[in-house]
Amino acid sequence: MPRKKMSAPRTEELALSELTIEQRQTEGLSLSTVVRRRFFQHRAAVTSVIVLIAVVLLAFTSVGTILGGTGKLAADTETAQIVLDGTRIAGWWPFDWYHNYPITSPGGVPSWEHPFGQDTLGKDIFARVMRGIQQSLTVVSLIGVLATTLGVVIGSISGYFRGWLDSLLMRTTDVIIIIPGLVLGAVLGRTVGGNALSLGILLGLVSWPGLARLVRGEFLALREREFVDAARVAGASPRRIIFSHILPNSIGVIVVNATLLMSAAILTETALSFLGFGITAPDISLGQIISQYNEAFKTRPWLFWWPGFFIVVIALCINFIGDGLRDAFDPRQRRMPKATSLTRQFRELTGGGN
Amino acid sequence: MISFVSRRLLATMAVLLVASFVVYQLTANSGDPLEDLRTSRDPQSVAKMATLTEKLDLDTPTFFRYFKWIGNAAGCVIGQCNLGISVSRGDEPVASALGSAMQSTLSLVLLATVLSILLGVAIGMTTALRQYSGYDYTVTFAAFIFYSLPIFWVAVLLKEFGAIRFNEFLGDPHIPWWVALTIGLVFGLVLSAIVGGRLITRLKTAGVALVLVTVTLVLLDITQWFANPSIGIVGVALLGAGVGAIMLFVTSNLTKRTMQFSIGATILAVVALWYPFQFLWFYLNTGWTILIVAVILAAIGVAAGFLLGGDDRTEAMRLSAVTGAIATVPLVLDQMFMRWGDYTQLIPLRSGVISTIGANTPTLANNSDTWLRMLDSSTHLVLPTLALMIISIAGYTRYTRATLLEVLNQDYVRTARAKGLPETTVIMRHAFRNTLIPIATIVAFDFGAVIGGAIITERVFAWQGMGALFNQGLHAVDVNLVMGVFLVTGVAAVIANILADLAYSALDPRIRVTEK
Repeated sequence: MPRKKMSAPRTEELALSELTIEQRQTEGLSLSTVVRRRFFQHRAAVTSVIVLIAVVLLAFTSVGTILGGTGKLAADTETAQIVLDGTRIAGWWPFDWYHNYPITSPGGVPSWEHPFGQDTLGKDIFARVMRGIQQSLTVVSLIGVLATTLGVVIGSISGYFRGWLDSLLMRTTDVIIIIPGLVLGAVLGRTVGGNALSLGILLGLVSWPGLARLVRGEFLALREREFVDAARVAGASPRRIIFSHILPNSIGVIVVNATLLMSAAILTETALSFLGFGITAPDISLGQIISQYNEAFKTRPWLFWWPGFFIVVIALCINFIGDGLRDAFDPRQRRMPKATSLTRQFRELTGGGN
Repeated sequence: MISFVSRRLLATMAVLLVASFVVYQLTANSGDPLEDLRTSRDPQSVAKMATLTEKLDLDTPTFFRYFKWIGNAAGCVIGQCNLGISVSRGDEPVASALGSAMQSTLSLVLLATVLSILLGVAIGMTTALRQYSGYDYTVTFAAFIFYSLPIFWVAVLLKEFGAIRFNEFLGDPHIPWWVALTIGLVFGLVLSAIVGGRLITRLKTAGVALVLVTVTLVLLDITQWFANPSIGIVGVALLGAGVGAIMLFVTSNLTKRTMQFSIGATILAVVALWYPFQFLWFYLNTGWTILIVAVILAAIGVAAGFLLGGDDRTEAMRLSAVTGAIATVPLVLDQMFMRWGDYTQLIPLRSGVISTIGANTPTLANNSDTWLRMLDSSTHLVLPTLALMIISIAGYTRYTRATLLEVLNQDYVRTARAKGLPETTVIMRHAFRNTLIPIATIVAFDFGAVIGGAIITERVFAWQGMGALFNQGLHAVDVNLVMGVFLVTGVAAVIANILADLAYSALDPRIRVTEK
């Protein structure tokens, strides 16, 4: 890939062209610099980061959010009004997701006042979708953080120490892996009931096995390397070897798979909520909205398009970020230079006489 | 190897036991099976609760109830299955519920899986071979989108656009000329991107594809083919020739005279037998006829390979036999399409040809005509199969692309190229076969997962498979039903795991199963 940024003087370029392309890319740079540069070259990944940040900002600033409490709706027995459990922080959007408003346009068709339309009760769909995004993202982040931490810790312990501890941990992993993900999520989701926090924590507690296996594999390979021997001879404690010597070397695998885990998590969460096992009414998530308005597709398609659109956008962004990270971390997946740029380089080297 | 398999089997069985205990406890504690009765005003609810408690043995703590259940379930090993009864299905024994559900799930998911493997691998290979082309970028981007689609969303969209709108189209089939031209143009562009190479070759390919597709569509429109579709002897001949060409291409035998003759003779025989087979299809109106015909055609293929194979006799026999067996498919499709006119008369007026609900039309479920019933199942299968395929094709495409790219960088591929082999041979013989090794393991896993049913797809399309059973069991806190489904999926996963290992070691001699 021709790098526009490197407009170095021609003599230097000629000197550099003696090196192979990957040498040129990594010469004298730290891993993080190399990764960051390669990541920022991945246009789709960078766009995804921007879009994802925009979606998060939009979802949280527009309708505000709830701090503390369970966030569930309940009827106040004294005033006979619907109240939320927790402190609500208002956003800039004039409507919220739990009140019924007068229907402004016939049939609740999207209008200036309600850009995503209204449902039969007059609920504002924009506010509902935004709240759904918040809930779904909460679940996904919880799953991502918990599963990654657990996967890394369990994988590194069993890969580094081996022996009976390894067998025990890996058999536990087998037990969890053999239970299909949706089954486990459905049973757990039903047991705890529809709350984003508890659902995220529970799903996070059972989503680590895949990552743990990968990390274990990395550790098994890395622990035999010379630099680990050197550290051990120098008297480093196992904790130090694991965290300062081996873990930084397997960070690529971990980061990439954590992203993929999260992109799978958003689909799992929405699927569970769609089936009625995850986040359930009156609480909202993207899957729950689609499930609730499933039958309304003929009459009110906007109830269906918007939540689906945001699921796809979020999943797509996370997938692209994962792809960008993989390209950045894994030199084997590097983009090959195009034939045209190779020909140009060749011409430059031979003085263009060919 | 036997010791390897038995060791693995023992270890995974232990894992399965522990997992089943966990699932049992979780399900049993996920809700109250008596909840409906507790809140009902039915004066007899107390008595009903008592009988239900008796039936489900609810007085025993769940911890001990699991051991009772596993004791009964262990009878399955010696052929006496007692998985308990399912209360939510009117006291039906779980084993019998599983039997019928499994049949319906397999018919749904097997076809979808096989088709998505074939298509996904083909698309993945073409993208790898045209790496960093516009085609590659487009497919990669599309794969990412498909990968990110929630299946329940896709399924509802398919219901609307694949069924309701398409049925409206079938009600008054007419393709305007500009639609035909656009479809032709799209085909031409895609094909030219896949072919690659010099601009003139690409333009030629695009032009030929454009003309062919457009003319075919216009012809089909003029002859009112969509109003009364059929395949006939012409369709069988065309499809058969296509199968033969693909077989020759995949095995990189396109230029071998002996192979061309032997496969061509097989296809000719299929076309020649089209008329005599009509009597067979008519008088032997059962599913077994398909097998009989496939065997006959395979035998003809063997004979053709033997007579015309020349130096490559063994390979010619093998390839022609496979071609003959596959050529049964167009013949069966032909039979099904012959019933099209009758079928549109028999189905309920409002529902349209492409159905969105269930596995068959209830009024036709016991029809004596096998081919009519097959047509009926097919129209019900189209949409859920598409929904399942869209997502798994994306996965297979990405995986095949990555694997083939890695294989193409290997030294033995460079060697093959360096000694002057044609590119087709390098790709199909040296690269493709090695790509299949990792894919085979993924396929084994996928088939294991497939038995569990497609919970969401089954729900959207009201399909009574394993996924639906699980869904029902979980909603009603019907522990026996959930455990039945889990047992089947768990055992399937274990078997698939072991098969994947064995397949890997059989395909790649560098890996030995005895090493642990």
